[in-house]
This record gives sequence, C-alpha cells and structure tokens, in this order.
Amino acid sequence: MGLTNTSTGAGVLSHCGLYIEKATLQDKVIALAGNPNVGKSTVFNALTGMNQHTGNWPGKTVVNAQGKYQYQNTNFILVDIPGTYSLMANSAEEEIARDFICFGGADAVVVVADATCLERNLNLVLQTMEITGRIVLCVNLMDEAKRKKININLTALSSKLGIPVIGTSARSGRGLNDLMDAVKELTESKPKLCPLHIKYGEKIEDAADLIESELDDVLQGQISSRWVALKLLDGDESLLHSLKTCLGFDLLKNDEIAQAVKKARLSLGEVNMPANRIRDQIVTKIVRECEDICRDTVIFGNKEYTGRDNKIDKILTSKLTGIPIMIAMLFGIFWLTIVGSNIPSNLLSTGLFSLEEPLSRFFEWLSAPDWLRGVLVDGVFRTLAWVISVMLPPMAIFFPLFTLLEDMGYLPRIAFNLDNFFRKACAHGKQSLTMCMGFGCNACGVIGCRIIDSPRERLIAILTNCFVPCNGRFPTLIAIITMFFAGALSGAFQSVISTLMLTGTIILGVAMTLLISKLLSKTILKGMPSSFHLELPPYRRPQVGKVIIRSIFDRTLFVLGRAITVAAPAGMVIWVLANIHIGDLSLLAHCAGFLDPFARFIGLDGYILMAFILGFPANEIVVPILIMSYMAAGKLTDLESLSELHTLFVNNGWTWLTAVCTILFTLLHWPCGTTFLTIKKETQSMKWALISFAIPTITGIIVCMITANTIRLLGLI
Amino acid sequence: MNTTQISLDKLPIGKKANVSALISDGAARRRMLDLGIIDGTEIKPLYKSPSGNPVAYLIRGAVIALRLDVSEKIMVSVTEEESSYGVN
Repeated sequence: MGLTNTSTGAGVLSHCGLYIEKATLQDKVIALAGNPNVGKSTVFNALTGMNQHTGNWPGKTVVNAQGKYQYQNTNFILVDIPGTYSLMANSAEEEIARDFICFGGADAVVVVADATCLERNLNLVLQTMEITGRIVLCVNLMDEAKRKKININLTALSSKLGIPVIGTSARSGRGLNDLMDAVKELTESKPKLCPLHIKYGEKIEDAADLIESELDDVLQGQISSRWVALKLLDGDESLLHSLKTCLGFDLLKNDEIAQAVKKARLSLGEVNMPANRIRDQIVTKIVRECEDICRDTVIFGNKEYTGRDNKIDKILTSKLTGIPIMIAMLFGIFWLTIVGSNIPSNLLSTGLFSLEEPLSRFFEWLSAPDWLRGVLVDGVFRTLAWVISVMLPPMAIFFPLFTLLEDMGYLPRIAFNLDNFFRKACAHGKQSLTMCMGFGCNACGVIGCRIIDSPRERLIAILTNCFVPCNGRFPTLIAIITMFFAGALSGAFQSVISTLMLTGTIILGVAMTLLISKLLSKTILKGMPSSFHLELPPYRRPQVGKVIIRSIFDRTLFVLGRAITVAAPAGMVIWVLANIHIGDLSLLAHCAGFLDPFARFIGLDGYILMAFILGFPANEIVVPILIMSYMAAGKLTDLESLSELHTLFVNNGWTWLTAVCTILFTLLHWPCGTTFLTIKKETQSMKWALISFAIPTITGIIVCMITANTIRLLGLI
Repeated sequence: MNTTQISLDKLPIGKKANVSALISDGAARRRMLDLGIIDGTEIKPLYKSPSGNPVAYLIRGAVIALRLDVSEKIMVSVTEEESSYGVN
C-alpha cells in the first residue's frame, strides 16, 4: 500500500486533501507552478511522459494532474498546479495554487516562466518566494526568446533572486536535465525557510512587524509568519479560511493576534492607507521589483519584438479580413476532411463489409443458431464496421488539422474575433474556445468550460456546448450531405458543395449558440457580461510530427475506442429490438410506429427519431441503427458505398426535406450520455443537467417543425 | 511637452501611453494588478478586433485583449511630443 503524505511529515498537514501516492518514503513531491501559456504542460509532459494521471482538486472543479519521473534513483512526484498570474486568490485556480504552495507540503516548487515576457512572470515567482524558499525558477521558451533576440542573463537572475534558475526549451527537451539536477539538489539540501523579503515601505513594514511577532509562536516556522502577517493586514478572507482548515484553528480567535491586527490596521489608517490601498501598494511594489530585476538581467536586442506577430494579427483579426479568413480556414479544414476521408472510408467499408459474408459462413459452418449469427454479424459486426469506416478517416484528418491550428496559437484569435458577438449575447469571450473543444467532443468542451471563471457565463457555455457538432456527429452530417445534396454532382463540385453545406451547418450551430446564450442571459441566467481579459500568445511554429502523434493517440483513438465500446453492445440491443416480433411487427417497428406521427410532423420519420433516441449512448451509432432498422424491415441491400445507402434511404421514403431535417436534428438535439453525465458532474446539479438536455431538444424540435412545415406549405416538395 | 489624461479606450492604435490611474475596484482592479497594470505601466494599443471591441494591447511584453468596459476604467497619460494638436 502506498504511503500517504501524513506519515511522511513533509507537509504542514496534508497535501490540501489531495491524495498523493508515494512508493517509498524518500519520494519527493514537486509542485509545478506558472502563468498560463508558458509551456507548463510541455514541461510536465516532457518530464513525466506517459506516467501521469488526472483528477480533480478535492471539492473543486479544477483539474489536477500528477505525474511521476525517476531521476538518479529518486522518485519524483510532479503535481501540476493550475496556471495563474498571481497567488492573490482572485479565482478558484489561484486559491488552489496558493494553498498547495503554502500547505501542500511539497519538497520543492518549480515555477515555469516564459522567457519572452519574463517581467510579468516574475510576479508569480516573487509571490511564491514570499511563501517558500524551496523554489527553482525554470525559464522556459528560451528558444523562442532567442528568436526574438531577447537575451536573459540566467546567472545574474539567479544571484539576484537567490534561487536556482534554469533555462529550458521544453518543446525540444533542452535544459530538462539541468532542471532535474537542480530540483534534486534542492530537495536534498536542508529545508530553509528564508523567503524573499520585499520591502513594502516603512508603514506597511512596521504594521506587519507588529503582527509578525505575535504569529511567530503560533505558526512555529511552519509557514512564513511575515507573509501571513501581510495577508492578515490585507484582510485576505480566503487565506484566513484556508489557514483555519490547514492549521485546525482560527488565527483571529487568538486574542493577541487579533489585537495586533487591529492595532496595525489603525496605524496604517492614520497614515491614510485604508485596507483596499494596502493590496495596491503590495502589488505595486512587487511589480516594481520585477521591473528592477529585469532591467539588469534581460536585454532586448529588438525593440519591437512583437513585430512579426503583430503583422500576422493585423491580417487575421482586421475588420475586413478577420472573419472571412476564419470561415475560410474552417472551410479549408472541412474540405480536406471530406475529400481526404473519401477514399480511405470507401476502402475501409469495402474491406470490412466484404468480411461479412465469410463471417456468416463461418457461423453456418459452426452450425450456430441463426439468432447468434444475427446478433453477432448483423448486429455487432455491422455496427462496428460502420463506426470504424465512417468515423475513423474524418477523425484522423480533422483532429490533426485542428490540433495544428491550436498549436500555432490561432484559437485565441478566434475568441478575439468573435468576442463582440458573445458580449452582445451577455456571454464570456472564452466561450468560443470551449466551442472549439466541443468540435472534438462535447464532453471535453463542457470540461473545458472551467477556463471561464464567472459562474453565470460558465453555465451558459456548458448549457450551449452541444450546439457545436462533435466528432460523433460529423460523419453523420458528412454522409447525409454527400448522399443527398452533392451526390448528383461530379468531382470537385461535389466536395465543394458538401463542404459549403457543412460549413453552413456549423455556422448555424454557432448562431444558435449565440441566440440561446442571449435568451438564457435574459431569462433564467440574468446578468451582465463580466469583464475579462484574453491573452493572445505569440504564434508558434507547430510541431507537425508531435501534433499528429498526439492527436491520433490522445484524441482519435480515444474517441474511436469509446465509440466502439458503446457501439458493440448497442448493435446487439438494436438487432434484438429489430428481430423480436410481437404480432407482425418487431419491437423496433412498434416503437417507431408509435413515434411516427410526431416524427413526421417535424420532418423525420419514426425510425429516424428512434435512432436518435437509441443513439443516446453515443451519437456515432445513429446511422448504423437507422440502417439496421430499415434493413430489418425487409429491404435488403448490400452496403458497400454511400450510393447504396442512398438507395436504401430513398426506398424508405426519404426526400431531400427528410435529409435537411435529419441534418438539423443531428445538430440540435439532446447531448449524448457521456456529455450529459459530464454536465451533471461539472454543474454538480441534476437540475442543470436536465436543462441542458431540454434546451437543444426543444430547439431542435422547433427548428425542424418550422422548416418541415414551411417547405410543405410552400409546396416545395 | 504636454501631457493629457484620457481613458485607455480613447488611445489611438499604435500610440504608447503610461497608466496614471485605475478607476475600477474589487475583482476587476485586482485582475488589472495581476497583469502588471500599475501606475506608470506603459501600454500600447496594437490592433482592434473586427468589431472594434475588444482591442489588443501590448502590456509588459504580452498581448492582452481588453473589452471596452475594462479599458475605459484605465486612465493613461499621453505625452504629446511633436505637436500639441493631437488627440484630446
């Protein structure tokens, strides 16, 4: 059994309730801190490789990642702390970061900083140094800084700060050995608690001294008493709360301390420094200190070092070209996905479906009962064959392309371009980022909503994430569009029309997101958009090789694996439903018959609606269910290509209107099972999960109903 | 040399200015402080989004986009070196 932290006595109490499993007593716990966008996760991944696991911070919806690495016979457990600009506890992330550095009992803290804007990053470094002396500064992105002609004197920086400073380029792995050396050396040296002492001016110093002397006895060197004294002056409520939990008693219940705080505040009040000015003063001092340190250690060879990025941004975000380029890029990605997946998709389906015949014969040869062959071949195998041949190629193309955009730093520009729309919908500008994540998988998109820190806007982003079609729905959209709207055209036109329609569908999804966000802001989630800032990180040359590997393994195979695990049993259930007869009709036909009048009213048919309902576990299986339902109804077809599928659908009464309504309903219907459960977990409320179910469903029904009936009334069909 | 006080949202693209006061308070103010926006910090508007709001600013080497409701609460002082006609 693994030893828990409490037995090792390294921490003040526990690791803030975080469970850290140590293989031996000598294992070292290392906290990894840093600003957002500094390549912290690259450092984390480079050090720990595949040896990591993720979870949540206890009681919080903030992801926690832990990883292990071994260096020179010592095990190191790396705890990834949320990326923050400061430790002033302005958000849940900052609170966690501060608490872990303070009370987590880590053997060392590694702060990762961005070499290209070191000055701002030092803010976090200095704040961390006020809490602990066991800190290594890792100046990452040295390669990028070099390209921008920024020269950092690491030796001077180290002697100024009084801590080890290591330069790294984590993407290429450079400097990581030095980092591990420094960390090892630090954890082996005697613990020291002599944090940096920033002078906040005579008045504040005097006031802090008053409190500090009272704290010394109580804290007994567990935490820096000067730092706590400053926080008490500042009246940092959230720290008081954490102190209470971690120390087991309330500091302010101690009469001497309470008196000292009162006295200190009074003395500051006399010199015209009310509580809210104290923090200003403290932050200002820290920032000035950063300026001073950088003035002597960083040399900019190039004054306008954002020149190139600035030029690119002016094109990608301008009034004239910003949004058109964005749509063109979306179009480009879809086009490549559709064109590129065409041939492999056909090959896969021909290959897989040609196995059906021998498989069936194999069962005959075994003289297995007919129902067994039916369940396994017509049910399980056929569903799997569809899911693999139709899903794998588009995913294997779409995911890497999208990850490339992400890697280059384009996604924040999308948020920047679209922010105005989101502001008008009273939503958060970062919602467009969570929507981008939703392209991959809505459950991931919902988890991604954690980057939005105001609760109201976060909820809006969660409730509307399903309006972006995830990868499970993409192939369905592509297949229907190709069959019904582009099939008749030839060659290049076919793919262009398909892409245009797909792009249009996505834009409709985005429009619906904005509309529903606005409606929510005006009704059940009343409120004004909160202020926020969005960092536009520098463009980075994408690492094509790594991107492809990462997106294929982390995303494509993961999503496909999940689809297969759902599809196999679902295929079985559906075959059973389609082949158990009550009276003349199968169970499936009974259900479909029951749904049929309503389904036809909204432009679908009973089987389609039934397929969506049975597809609740995963959207990928909607089309295979449909195929099986129609085939069980007696019209047998060989399904080796989309045109045969088209025939099957048309024989079952599909018109172009059915196709349009099915596309709309694919875009606008309830979230899949995984997403639903994720929403419930993220909002910690069944109520919001149910609302997230109802919103897209009602929207879809209304949109399909209006479309179908308008077209019928106009006599267009 | 003349210095004028304007709010950051009025500062023309490409023109540098130094922060003279933060009008916001509470969480919004703290967030500004975290980004290193304090008295005297140099800020330069780089480019606007297609709709003109938000605007991207160069702040301490990082590019940060701020919405209008934030930038109008940051006062900056502009030094007008060449002429005194410039912006108001």
